[in-house]
Amino acid sequence: MRAVLDAIVRLGRVAIGGAVHAGSMALFALRLAVVLLPTWTRPRDVAQQVYAAGVLSLVIILVAGGFVGLVLGLQGYNILNKFNATESLGVMVALSLVRELGPVVAALLFAGRAGSAITAEIALMKTTEQLAALEMMAVDPMRRVIGPRFWGALISVPLLAAMFSMVGIIGGYLIGVVVLGVDQASFWGQIREQMDPWDDVAEGALKSVAFGAVIALISVFEGYRAEPTASGMARATTQTVVLSSLAVLGLDFVMTAFMFGA
Amino acid sequence: MNVQRGVELVVGLFVLAGIAALMVMALQWSNFGASRISGYEVLARFDNVGGLSEQSPVKLAGLTIGRVDSIEIHPETFQAEVRMVIDGKYDNLPSDSFANIYTAGLLGAKYIEISPGGALESLQDGDRITMTQSAIILESVVSKFLFDKAKE
Repeated sequence: MRAVLDAIVRLGRVAIGGAVHAGSMALFALRLAVVLLPTWTRPRDVAQQVYAAGVLSLVIILVAGGFVGLVLGLQGYNILNKFNATESLGVMVALSLVRELGPVVAALLFAGRAGSAITAEIALMKTTEQLAALEMMAVDPMRRVIGPRFWGALISVPLLAAMFSMVGIIGGYLIGVVVLGVDQASFWGQIREQMDPWDDVAEGALKSVAFGAVIALISVFEGYRAEPTASGMARATTQTVVLSSLAVLGLDFVMTAFMFGA
Repeated sequence: MNVQRGVELVVGLFVLAGIAALMVMALQWSNFGASRISGYEVLARFDNVGGLSEQSPVKLAGLTIGRVDSIEIHPETFQAEVRMVIDGKYDNLPSDSFANIYTAGLLGAKYIEISPGGALESLQDGDRITMTQSAIILESVVSKFLFDKAKE
């Protein structure tokens, strides 16, 4: 009896903790929304963050995109070959990347590579009381520290996703056309014919913008609320990667259901 | 060049590259990957090209010998006028050759198959293939079959 009661109490504690977490993130998002535009009074800070989050993530994104494209080309070829339809390899690879894999995989990689770094940086600034020092100097840390990092991540994710898809398609081309001998003109021709700039490319881009906003918000929030201790920083970084990945995958399903669904 | 300027330059390039990747994908790849073959042009009219497109292959005995260059509606006959470019190597195709539109496999892309005729003259640049067979539309085949069954 006692054990059951304890279990229910623990469940309640977890639920309340989750609700508090979600609520404080929403309040934080409101505070952040107010400073989003004023952040642009210092565009160089934003550029610096685009560099740290976006440009430095290029290598992992491009290499991963290339390999995903190569694998898609190989797998797609084997399946399409059974139906004698290898001409459609190009459009299969391109649509999978542009609609789904580009935005999602780029976002997951970005959360691991850059989101965690943003959280760790802000959490360390908090631990070493740099944020408090800024406030003492009447500099709003939301505007000088959090805002530029949010914008940096938000700008970087869609651009990285587009490059991921592009490199992936080139990877599919290398495997399909150069190695396996799929007809080159059909490869590009089918892409041209069946990929729609609005229904496919723009909606894929919209997805990656949404993922960018979610990752950016989670990264800065987890850093900002981190417990100012070594283990608190570690927890915050882990939390960023876990929450961002789950949020991206969940949001992806919802957005797909709305945009591509019946 | 100071450090800040270097960072801004790299960021600028990064943003441009991302936008360029999106644009290339959105703008239908323009003519990327279109193969240019030098050869001679042949015209053919079809009642229905059903899914044939520019850059579709033109095949002889199953091997690609050319590409479809353009497809337009002929204003008087309301047929589809297909202009194809055939590799100059194959300049001895008989002038009474037959052009069929086939599908690669069950679901694959459409292509034109040339069946050589028996004439002594060969096709020249700008000639017209008069004997053509349109794409087979699966629905029309099925409905024809059903009507024939119903008559019995």
